[in-house]
Amino acid sequence: MVRFLVHEKEDTVGVATVDIKAGEVAKGLYMDTQDPVEMKALKDIPLGHKIALRDADAGGTVIKYGNDIGKVVAEIKAGDHVHIHNLKTKRW
Amino acid sequence: MEIPKFQGYRRENGRVGVRNHVLILPLDDLSNAASEAVANNMKGTLAIPHAYGRLQFGEDLELFFRTIIGTGANPNVAAVVVIGIEPGWTDKIVQGIAETGKPVKGFSIERQGDINAIAQASRQAKEYMHWASELQRTECSLDELYVSTKCGESDTTSGLASNPTVGNVFDKLNEMGATTCFGETSEIMGAEHVCKERAATPEVGEAFMKTFNAYNDIILQNKTNDLSGSQPTKGNIIGGLTTIEEKAFGNLQKIGEKASYVGVLKPAEAPGGKGLWYMDTSSAAAEAVTLWAASGAVVHLFPTGQGNIVGNPILPVIKLSANPLTCETMSEHIDLNVSAILRGEMTLDEAGDGLLDMVVRTANGRLTATEVLGHREFVLTKLYISA
Repeated sequence: MVRFLVHEKEDTVGVATVDIKAGEVAKGLYMDTQDPVEMKALKDIPLGHKIALRDADAGGTVIKYGNDIGKVVAEIKAGDHVHIHNLKTKRW
Repeated sequence: MEIPKFQGYRRENGRVGVRNHVLILPLDDLSNAASEAVANNMKGTLAIPHAYGRLQFGEDLELFFRTIIGTGANPNVAAVVVIGIEPGWTDKIVQGIAETGKPVKGFSIERQGDINAIAQASRQAKEYMHWASELQRTECSLDELYVSTKCGESDTTSGLASNPTVGNVFDKLNEMGATTCFGETSEIMGAEHVCKERAATPEVGEAFMKTFNAYNDIILQNKTNDLSGSQPTKGNIIGGLTTIEEKAFGNLQKIGEKASYVGVLKPAEAPGGKGLWYMDTSSAAAEAVTLWAASGAVVHLFPTGQGNIVGNPILPVIKLSANPLTCETMSEHIDLNVSAILRGEMTLDEAGDGLLDMVVRTANGRLTATEVLGHREFVLTKLYISA
């Protein structure tokens, strides 16, 4: 069963559709291409929260919906939980 | 494409409503008590108390009149009793509503007191109730509806499933020739360039940017540090939404993929024709839905992630969610559960058909969760302090 969804092929994060446990190899799906993807979760990812699909250094950008949704403020590893501790708006 | 039919109320001005309220409408805060007394006397009538209507001026006063008159003029309302402290502005509201051709009468309190005003207004409300209760629903076509949308307590399931479900229905309604509207100026922050490109003409796009920039200026004037304490909301963050940009792209899923918006409306301004419209609103749910009701919307689509429970006195608010926890723990608030999309067991198009069916059922008279639970949030937008 699919455990996370990704809006678009160029997105760097997916969204958990169930609670994903740390260490779990979770199956995902790209919504635009319907291509499958797999990612080993490094942290618990609660339903609705984002899982990193790629590494990103502080100062980098997170892409979702094929668009820039903010700046990386703490290093992200593929499989990490992406949220307010490592991602901030570029607006304020 | 076959356009679904439903049984609705065709009003004096040709507009179609899906509810048949007799409203007891206070002009001002001082007239709330009398209005509620009348509604208590005459069963089936509906009082909508509010906090304002005194010593407002300029654009704020214009918005106040547009909202109160527009609420009374809404096709979901059969007849209106207006009660105000003094006759001048009471009559202004009555005249504005009377332009629709619907029955409306005003009563004022000064020189006679609450008790006499309540007695007179109650007799009128009783007559309107008898009259309205005999009005019959007649066959109407779905393209005659004006449908608005706004999301609330969004989370990432909103952007994945419930908002695109609304987008799917907006595409279908616009193709039928209905009138649709979105807004939430503050929650387009981060995706304003994408929203600008969805305008039907460059002029409309510029009008949107003018509205957006005016909002942004207010934020810059009034913010103490930044808005990250309130946008995204605490509920958004619990649900997994991190930034206003992420929220904005999720928000825009509601307008579908096909239509361009044909115009930019001031708050509570009625659309001048069919198609998709943009209205300048705040993203606070009760304020925004109140503005759409005042602009004449007769059905509202409200996707939620964490479970915003807002309703409106005269505008049925259809609540949908794709968050399985919300659908389970707050099931009484949800009209349509689309969480099967997340499990890959339902396509967006199937979810859209389900929501469109719920629109038809609601238009035919099915009460929404908000209506049965008694959510009648009526909140006026105030632009600045009173004189």
